[in-house]
Amino acid sequence: MTQGSVGRWITAVALVLLAGIYVRALAFTPTELLQGPAQKIFYLHVPSAWSAMLSMGLVGVASILFLFLKDERYDRFASASAEVGTVFSLVMLTTGPLWAKPIWGTWWTWDARLTLTLMLFFLFIGYQLLRSAVSEPGLRARYAAVVGICGLVLLPFIHLSVYLFRTLHPRPIVLKPSAPSLPPVMLVTLLLSFGVFTLLYVGFVTQRYAIGSEPR
Amino acid sequence: MPDLLRHAWLVARKDLQVEFRSRTALTLALVFTALVLVVFEYGRDPTAVPTLDLAPSILWVTFSFAAVLALNRAFHAELENDALEGLLLSPISRSSLFWGKLGANLVFVALVQLTGLALFVLFFDVPVWRVWWPLILVMVLASVGFIAVGTLFSAMVVRTRFAELMLPVLLLPFLLPPLIAAVTVTAKLLGGRPLSEVLGWLRLLAAYDLTFVTLATLLFPATVTE
Repeated sequence: MTQGSVGRWITAVALVLLAGIYVRALAFTPTELLQGPAQKIFYLHVPSAWSAMLSMGLVGVASILFLFLKDERYDRFASASAEVGTVFSLVMLTTGPLWAKPIWGTWWTWDARLTLTLMLFFLFIGYQLLRSAVSEPGLRARYAAVVGICGLVLLPFIHLSVYLFRTLHPRPIVLKPSAPSLPPVMLVTLLLSFGVFTLLYVGFVTQRYAIGSEPR
Repeated sequence: MPDLLRHAWLVARKDLQVEFRSRTALTLALVFTALVLVVFEYGRDPTAVPTLDLAPSILWVTFSFAAVLALNRAFHAELENDALEGLLLSPISRSSLFWGKLGANLVFVALVQLTGLALFVLFFDVPVWRVWWPLILVMVLASVGFIAVGTLFSAMVVRTRFAELMLPVLLLPFLLPPLIAAVTVTAKLLGGRPLSEVLGWLRLLAAYDLTFVTLATLLFPATVTE
């Protein structure tokens, strides 16, 4: 089986499982008391944010590996990961405001995490614009790696500075020092969704990587 | 180490000499800064927003634009007659070359910022005199890390299409942490708050500078090596 068809299969399985997440979230997970049905978007929003962050993290790691090992496969992977990350960022940036309007009363606010994810999106866009503006492959790979690494290092600084400035986003409810403050049934739905979104990431990146490997 | 700094100084001196002989870029940057300040004056309702409330934003947005424009020129001159090749062939390390470029950019931006600050005081009558030294400190701290990333990126974008637009798009996300810190600190200083209240922000700026100067120095060879 070629790499491209492996990617397509993984994506197909992930999409079926995603449909399962929709069903589980809507029909078999209780509605949140205060937020009502709006809270359901949480099962898509948070995992897509996770996949977007994962994409950036792996762009950064692949960029470091590329600069050390000069293996163009890492560059191809970073490029694929950045493209897929852009899509997940867009999902995150559209589902977020849809939830925020009824709950916060505003589409957007300049909170730490919102600003961070918006900048993540702009970094992805900038990364790809730079790639498209350099025609020589070796140069393109090195330039992209430099921006990828800088972008990864930048994100904690943005988070910290905006966090010190002001924050409104719901506090972390899963990854925090004490036990997750989420009823078990909701937590399971969320964790399943994390798994599905990670699988989607793998499927998309595998397909995109395969396209990049085709002889031109 | 002495060699590293001496070579960096030679590169910086060369850049500044070229700059001061023609003075075109510097004049352009200064006029641009003055014009942005004028635009700000008319881009607000002076009866609705007191100048002091808007002052930190005016100052830092002006500085940011001027810095991004100034960075565009850093490697542009090296494109003519393949001057960059000559620099790379010369027996100096890549780090010296980068630090030299960074140093020249910092001097250039500092000149623009100081003139901008003077014009700002003149146009907006903001009392900066009682806080002049913490203000200079925050101007330095907020610029070093950002200009380091800018110098690194400008070495790349000069060889891309749409270089003039590419640099701000890549660079402005990196402006965000220093900008937030600088605006907050400036607002507090102008509001007469004690320096101890902004120490956390100054530390954040210092950490940012240290991180990005180091990172940019490490990554710079990847942008010029053939």
